[in-house]
Amino acid sequence: MSEPAKESKGGKLAPGRQAPGPTPGPPWARKEKPRNFRKALGELFRHIGRYRYLILLGVLLSMTGSVLTTLGPQYLKDMSDEIYRGIDSGMDMQVIGSLAFIIIALYLASVVFNTLEHYIIPATSERIANLLRRELVQKINRLPLNYYDNSSTGDIMSRITHDADTIGDSCGHSISLLLTSITTLVSATVLMFMTNVTLSLVTIIPTVIGFLVMRVITSRSHKYFVAQSRNLGAINGHVEETYYGHDIVRAYNGEEASRERFMEINDALYRSAYTARFISGTLPQLMFFISNLGYVLVCIFGSMLVIQGSITYGVIVAFIVYVRMFSHPLVAITDAVSSMQTLAASSERVFDLLNAPEMEDESSKADLSGKVRGDIEFRDVSFSYIEGHEIIHHFSLKVAAGQKVAIVGPTGAGKTTIVNLLMRFYEVDSGDILIDGVSTRDIRRSRVHEMFSMVLQDAWVFDGTVRENLVFNGDEVSEERIVAACRAVGVHDFISSLPEGYDTPLNETSGLSVGQRQQLMIARAIIRDGPMIIFDEATSSVDTRTEKVIQKAVDDLTDGRTSFFIAHRLSTIRNCDVILVMRDGRIVETGTHEELLAAGGFYSELYNSQFENCD
Amino acid sequence: MGLITKFFRRRDWALTLVGVAFIIAQVFLDIQIPEYMNLITDAFLLNNADRVLSYGSEMVVCAFLSLGASLVVGFILANVSASVGRNIRIELFDRVQSFAVQDINRFSAASLITRSTSDVYQIQTFLARGMQVCIKSPILAVWALSKIWGSAIEWSLIVIVGLVVLLVVMFVTLHFAIPKFKNIQWLTDGVNRSTRENLDGIRVIRAYNAESRQEERFEQANGELLDNNLSAMRYMAPTFPIAQSLMNFITLGIYWAGAGIIASAGSHEQQLLLFSDMIVFTSYATIVLSSLMQFIGIFRMLPRALVGLRRIEEVLATETSVKDGPETEGVEGSEGVVEFRDVSFAYPGSDHDVLEGISFRVERGSTFAVIGSTGSGKTSLVNLITRFYDVTGGQVLVGGRDVRDYNVRALHLRMGYVPQNAIIFSGSVRMNVNYGSGAESRTDEDIRKALRVAQAGFADDLPEGWESHISQHGRNLSGGQKQRVAIARAVCRSPEIYLFDDTFSALDFKTDRALREALRRETAGSTVIIIAQRVGTIMDADTIMVLDNGRIAGIGTHRELLERCEVYRDIARSQLTEEELQ
Repeated sequence: MSEPAKESKGGKLAPGRQAPGPTPGPPWARKEKPRNFRKALGELFRHIGRYRYLILLGVLLSMTGSVLTTLGPQYLKDMSDEIYRGIDSGMDMQVIGSLAFIIIALYLASVVFNTLEHYIIPATSERIANLLRRELVQKINRLPLNYYDNSSTGDIMSRITHDADTIGDSCGHSISLLLTSITTLVSATVLMFMTNVTLSLVTIIPTVIGFLVMRVITSRSHKYFVAQSRNLGAINGHVEETYYGHDIVRAYNGEEASRERFMEINDALYRSAYTARFISGTLPQLMFFISNLGYVLVCIFGSMLVIQGSITYGVIVAFIVYVRMFSHPLVAITDAVSSMQTLAASSERVFDLLNAPEMEDESSKADLSGKVRGDIEFRDVSFSYIEGHEIIHHFSLKVAAGQKVAIVGPTGAGKTTIVNLLMRFYEVDSGDILIDGVSTRDIRRSRVHEMFSMVLQDAWVFDGTVRENLVFNGDEVSEERIVAACRAVGVHDFISSLPEGYDTPLNETSGLSVGQRQQLMIARAIIRDGPMIIFDEATSSVDTRTEKVIQKAVDDLTDGRTSFFIAHRLSTIRNCDVILVMRDGRIVETGTHEELLAAGGFYSELYNSQFENCD
Repeated sequence: MGLITKFFRRRDWALTLVGVAFIIAQVFLDIQIPEYMNLITDAFLLNNADRVLSYGSEMVVCAFLSLGASLVVGFILANVSASVGRNIRIELFDRVQSFAVQDINRFSAASLITRSTSDVYQIQTFLARGMQVCIKSPILAVWALSKIWGSAIEWSLIVIVGLVVLLVVMFVTLHFAIPKFKNIQWLTDGVNRSTRENLDGIRVIRAYNAESRQEERFEQANGELLDNNLSAMRYMAPTFPIAQSLMNFITLGIYWAGAGIIASAGSHEQQLLLFSDMIVFTSYATIVLSSLMQFIGIFRMLPRALVGLRRIEEVLATETSVKDGPETEGVEGSEGVVEFRDVSFAYPGSDHDVLEGISFRVERGSTFAVIGSTGSGKTSLVNLITRFYDVTGGQVLVGGRDVRDYNVRALHLRMGYVPQNAIIFSGSVRMNVNYGSGAESRTDEDIRKALRVAQAGFADDLPEGWESHISQHGRNLSGGQKQRVAIARAVCRSPEIYLFDDTFSALDFKTDRALREALRRETAGSTVIIIAQRVGTIMDADTIMVLDNGRIAGIGTHRELLERCEVYRDIARSQLTEEELQ
């Protein structure tokens, strides 16, 4: 019978970001219902292309195999009758031998068919999972960024890993199981009725009754599985927050309170887990009992029929085998149906992502490659992340090649949005952005990206060495250039102190501070050497002294290149050519640092608030 | 398996024993059923038809009793597995709670969470299914075999050959497939890591046009996983069909051989008895093989559970690296004094000293500030006071006593620690502010004062005031609000020593200033240690220590340092204008 919670391959927990699902509980202990069962499965099977023929082949093989298996008892019956007859009239070993060969042939054929099926189906499912994972990852690179503004990383992760795996585990299996079980059931029923009606009823009736009892138990016990799932979710949440907050728990001696809460949830989980487990464990026992009962009834009724002389002894032999054959498929069918529910739910979630609208295809656009001068113009640009909530209103700006532009303003003023639009991370609603007089809409997105060395606020390092992180997606870069860039941002000494220098692998636990990561990101931008520069809060976690070192490197880098700076710390942008002061999606002031201070407007207010507490 | 049993407590053992007793009873009944078939067959073959019904009804009783026994077994084993899961979870939780910060970092919090939740769940599921099979199958197989034993030698031989074939198939398959199953775990981790990397770095990847590079990296992990799983499946594919057909082949073999045996028997009556033996014999042979097949099924689940168990063992084998001392009180008269004596410190596994030759003394009730560049060792310094880490050289004294001599809880009782990233627990505002030891004895007045000092007036304006629910990681609060709640938490304890580790940089200048003024007013007598990046935050501290590359670059007041300390002057200049410096 189906498990209360499907096991996954482990390690799929997305800490900190739980996917919002219809049922509570972590993804590895979740059971879901699809919105539209038929549509979801239809879409899956259309999508997997040639793989569906392999699945079909597997299913056919397995169906043939099960028909062959159900034929076996027929010959076994003849064989035992032959033996029984032999007791009175002497064994005809030749007839017995030829019957035995037929049975051997039947069984051997079914072994071959079943083995093929046991390879084809799971291997195909695995390939399907592999295909879906690949498509999903390619998809995340083609989705517009606003998709990520509206959904959590944990949720997307769980679609690519958990849901793709679920499809891999069950897509071939559940269909094959369903069809094979039905075949066995039908074929066995037909053959049984052809052999003897009374014994058929004796076999089938208890099985069906038992099956109905199981259904009742399953539906009544749903609430225990929900409770278990909820408690798993609760314990997951509590453990997560206690472990992540470990230093606070310790520093405040909060261990006891936390443990108390933990024990409470753990006890609740224990109670719901064993109830759920007991109920789901009852079902195979029940099935075993039904099969036992069938065996007993076949023996009793069979013997009486033999005594009446209405059947031969061989019929009992055949039915003893049929009893064992019959009880299994009924359970397997329920199993398959519930597993197809999960499958449909997972494929819905996968296709929701795969069918999400993508960024415009740009292969037809010119791959403008000439030299970039760096003139930039925003022409009456308006933009909204969410329809109806415009946050950039008729924004116009001309930047001459080589100018350094700073964008300042309170949180939410739209500073980052401006550079996001410039990078074409998002498309403008109206208006136009031009680089060297060409609308960025007419330039390939990848080409626009190439024109900028960009440093973002979130310092992203990937699993790889320091060097790989610095050269990221670049061509061959000389050692001198790498070292020079790191020296310039003041991180060379630190890298040299690492166990393997520039070849030290970086990961979650390598102990880089956020500030050091930001230094690496700036070095990465220097190495990239793009014709224009964007710094979005690039030094927010770097202390002011290191920032001074970096400032020098940045001055060298931006010399003669059009550059954009977004910074909270106004001290870092004092020497920019133009400072744009933004508020609520509009430019409210423009000028140099001195001009703006002299004007005594919003900028000077912002600037002075930094120091108002000084003696 | 030997490892799992160490998580069994006495009640689990007792229950398991009762379970085993019921399993034996059930096996006895199951074995009894074909026996009756033998009796029935004998009865009517030998024309004792009237006995058939009475044997039959006894058989039905056996079947029902067996069901009853199996339900009891199911209940007991479900309970034991859930209880063992609970035990493991408790042990893990307690162990992790006892860890020092460095022990947590060794595993990473994310990994510890997986180990405490989904790994335990894997083991629990395995136990629930596996215990029954592991106990029942061998008993059933041996018992059924003993029934077969002593019948015709040909029949026994056939069963033995069948068993050998099954065992060989099992061994070969498992020998080749199990390593592949073990790989699944870490190959899946690789796929997940690569996916997460792509998602987390999506903007950078786009800015650098690195999409196809990331996809290649992902595809490598994805492909490895596929290859591994396909080869595992190749080994596993024949097992089940072969095992299943083996049952059929054995039945066939027994009949075929039976024909000869019966033909060569002496009397007609003997032949009839042999015939009924044959029918029953096949039933027992089926029982033997099917119980072995259930074993195979369990073996497939085993690697996953073992990986989980090993990961759990790893955690439990780790002793906390911070050992408790005996003292609960400081030296009389030195309350609130913090002193460093020639302290040096290197992170475990590194020979690079993050701090070197640090000596200073903070008097009771004074404010001590630390400033320095990224990586200069400021946070490490705080971690030594809270004993998240231990010094590698020298001594840290709190209240006149080495921190290592304290009972850790007693040490923490003196401190109000607020880290850079505000940590908020799910629960009410009240619970977050009035947190940790001594919470029962603190009054509403204490909480009100704490919120006032921390400039967290917003708490009163929440829909349900202090009882308002804060969601996990404080998602429904802004960054500044979280930080203020975290500060209120420290104030609420009225500690001897405040430790603010870069706590104020998340606040705007105005709040920063108001907060520090309130602190000074309301917490007179407490020692305050502030780590900061902004000169504005610390310039009015009693003493400022400038750290540079793990060493002291200067100690003094703002004015003294401006005159004497080059490093401090640099920092100050980069943030303030000339007139502001004066």
